[in-house]
Amino acid sequence: MTSPSQQVPAVRLTGIDKRFGAVRANRGATLEVRQGEIHALVGENGAGKSTLMKILSGALPCDGGTIEVGGRNVTGWTTAEAIASGVGMVHQHFMLVPTLTVAENVVLGREPVSVGMFDRARAMQDVERLCEQSGLMVGADRLVADLSVGEAQRVEILKTLYRGARILLLDEPTAVLSPPEVTELWKVLRRVRDGGATIVLITHKLDEVMHVTEHVTVMRQGETVAQMATKDTTPEGIAHAMVGRAVDLSVREGRRAPSTANNTSTAPALEVRNLVVRGPRVARAVNDISFTVAPGEILGIAGVEGNGQTELLEAIAGLRASTSGQILLGQRDITALAVRDRGDAGLSHIPEDRHRRGLILEYSIADNLILGQQHHYQRHGVLDAAAIAANAAKQIAAYDIRPTDAALAAGALSGGNQQKIVIAREMSRSFSALLAAQPTRGVDVGAIEFIHDELRKARDAGKAILLVSAELREVLTLADRIAVMYGGRFVTVLSRAEANEEILGPFMTGAKQESAA
Amino acid sequence: MNARFRTILEEGVLPPLVALAIAMVAGDLLILMYGQAPGAVWRMLLEGTWGNAYGFGQVLYKATTLTCTGLAVAVSLRAGLFSIGAEGQLAAGGFAAAVAGLAIPAGTPEFFAVPVCVLAACLAGGAVGAVPGVLRAKFGAHEVIVTIMLNFIVLALLNYIVSTKLHVPETLHTPELHAGFVSRLSGTFAVFHGSAANWTLVIVGAAAAALWWFLFRTRAGYELRAVGLQPDAAENAGVKVGAAWRNAMMLSGALAGLGGINFVLGYKGYYEDGFAGGAGFLGIAVALVGRNHPLGVILAALFFATLSQGGLAINAMVPKQLVEALQGIVIVAVATSVPEVRRIVRQAAGKMAGGRA
Repeated sequence: MTSPSQQVPAVRLTGIDKRFGAVRANRGATLEVRQGEIHALVGENGAGKSTLMKILSGALPCDGGTIEVGGRNVTGWTTAEAIASGVGMVHQHFMLVPTLTVAENVVLGREPVSVGMFDRARAMQDVERLCEQSGLMVGADRLVADLSVGEAQRVEILKTLYRGARILLLDEPTAVLSPPEVTELWKVLRRVRDGGATIVLITHKLDEVMHVTEHVTVMRQGETVAQMATKDTTPEGIAHAMVGRAVDLSVREGRRAPSTANNTSTAPALEVRNLVVRGPRVARAVNDISFTVAPGEILGIAGVEGNGQTELLEAIAGLRASTSGQILLGQRDITALAVRDRGDAGLSHIPEDRHRRGLILEYSIADNLILGQQHHYQRHGVLDAAAIAANAAKQIAAYDIRPTDAALAAGALSGGNQQKIVIAREMSRSFSALLAAQPTRGVDVGAIEFIHDELRKARDAGKAILLVSAELREVLTLADRIAVMYGGRFVTVLSRAEANEEILGPFMTGAKQESAA
Repeated sequence: MNARFRTILEEGVLPPLVALAIAMVAGDLLILMYGQAPGAVWRMLLEGTWGNAYGFGQVLYKATTLTCTGLAVAVSLRAGLFSIGAEGQLAAGGFAAAVAGLAIPAGTPEFFAVPVCVLAACLAGGAVGAVPGVLRAKFGAHEVIVTIMLNFIVLALLNYIVSTKLHVPETLHTPELHAGFVSRLSGTFAVFHGSAANWTLVIVGAAAAALWWFLFRTRAGYELRAVGLQPDAAENAGVKVGAAWRNAMMLSGALAGLGGINFVLGYKGYYEDGFAGGAGFLGIAVALVGRNHPLGVILAALFFATLSQGGLAINAMVPKQLVEALQGIVIVAVATSVPEVRRIVRQAAGKMAGGRA
């Protein structure tokens, strides 16, 4: 018997180079994945992980280097060839047809045919058998539209397996899942692995790496900087390799100085009363929610995405009309105010999707730093170039935005630095309440620390902060009180001391509900 | 700064130049098909346009109108809308200028009459532009459809008014204006004798400069471009997107309407049915090749005017339709290479897929 290290590796990438214009996404990147293991590919945003996986799956050609799969040189292959050879990508954004059944979705593109017609019965059989073999239990006859996010993801994995994939590439699969669904996903992946498949997992969550993988490859700035056995390393060690310096992970674990705010005696800075908001698909995406946030307090909203958090924040920000209810900033009713007037009344907003709402990527850093406050940087309708430049110089220095050229388009910056532009802009204006939606999404480890510190500083300066995050860990780290949102309602509101992942998990899935304030 | 300069070069200047090169090669092939020497034909084209004062004057005249319609389309594209309505707005502007010139008593000083006529042209164009702007802002009606349809309505309406109420017998043009004439260049520079070039080009040049200043130096311009690039972010920044669309379409219409004075006040002295003659539609190509930048629009207008006038010059050797083919090739080449067009196509595709565009 040969030891695993002497086997032909399932995947071996050597010296991969990839350029996008002036950007070198991959420079001499290497990756070696053994047969039948779960392998983590980690790195900060923009480290080149996704590019490397796209090259492996044939979606992108590489400029240099070799790709070997099962010992065979397959450099420059196409997606179709990759699929035929058993390399399949499980998409992060589900590519499913909601009006078709699970079975129909799984076989789509490779439908069993009899007498020139789609053989529905055989499709059902095939998919049911595949479900049993892989342990991915989803009703084959159910409509995809009726599935939960976790189930939809299982269908994506089934699709990849159905096409005969023996090497599965998963790009941040837990981003959209609640904690119990994540646990379930690990079970599934282990079972698929035990069935002989090899799995490459792209992630930036270090606990996932420690939990399910055998080996970990760390990328930084397009290069492979470390390759190690998971059992021989620690989260701190991986973070160090990712960032290139020591990172204080304890902040992220939730240890911090308690808030000094006294929630009961101060008047609320932000108050929402019986708010009902229509969503894109449901009439009551926010269903009669009331809460207050005191000055110097962070109220964290936990919950799986799509339970009304977006609609709630957009309604408070003035981007979405509310059906009924009231929004008060301090003593002032802002329910009917326009976006700009809410800002001037003291409401600041870090939007959840910085590319859609937070930035204009084609605009310069300087122009983005005044977005939303352009009416304060003008004289008789003419923009005050000197004031804009002075503001840019000040914010770039204060928030360490890189590169420092204020004339550079925001789109040329990394995700972390783009988010710093948003944070700098929203924190430097005068405000009493801040809406922070997914403030660290798609941001690297170093910038997360920085953004968390900024939020705490604002809290300590007496600002009221409403934090929404899909990362339960982030809510637990920052919030003084935690509300769990499910189906458009707050199903529970707990103080930080009462809350932990185990307690919040059942609320997030809707398994548990209690009448909440 | 270096990176920024490079971006401008790569994204702004390069695509039109590449398109030009492609058109040149295609032109060579077409000329060879007619059994002529490409070099000789190109030389004749240049001599007939930039090589003599009359030809150059005609280029300037044509470029003046095209600059207006190009700026009109460019403003709409900057706001994220695609106006096809410059043709009707151009005609409406010319007609309004003529009506104003007829309403003013003869003998009114030109320093008063000309601004009144210019204002009338801009207001009429702006009013036509307001229709698709308001319909888009209020009801989400797609501006491409509305502007196309509005062209038919406006042109038919003007045809009706002129042919039934305002024409000189046996013609399809209005009587000569009482006041509001813009002098020909030939009045000052005798070499331009016979060409239609007139001082409207100074007014239009000033409009282009003012538009540049508006787009890139004022708060309203900042907001207009923001709406065009990322409407959701603009909304989050407190910009009323619907109002910005309405204003942009009105401004677009006013600029196209301004172009009408070139013919009416500067050339003929009356409004004639059908004078727009496709200059409004060609404005789309001018805006695309000019990359929606006022300076680029002026250069692109000169380019298309040169092709148009040059077609007449080379007619002896090759059919003048050759330049129309060249125009088409330039438009297709630019349209496939400019980011704005790709973005608009992508957004449209996103909308059709029912996704979040």
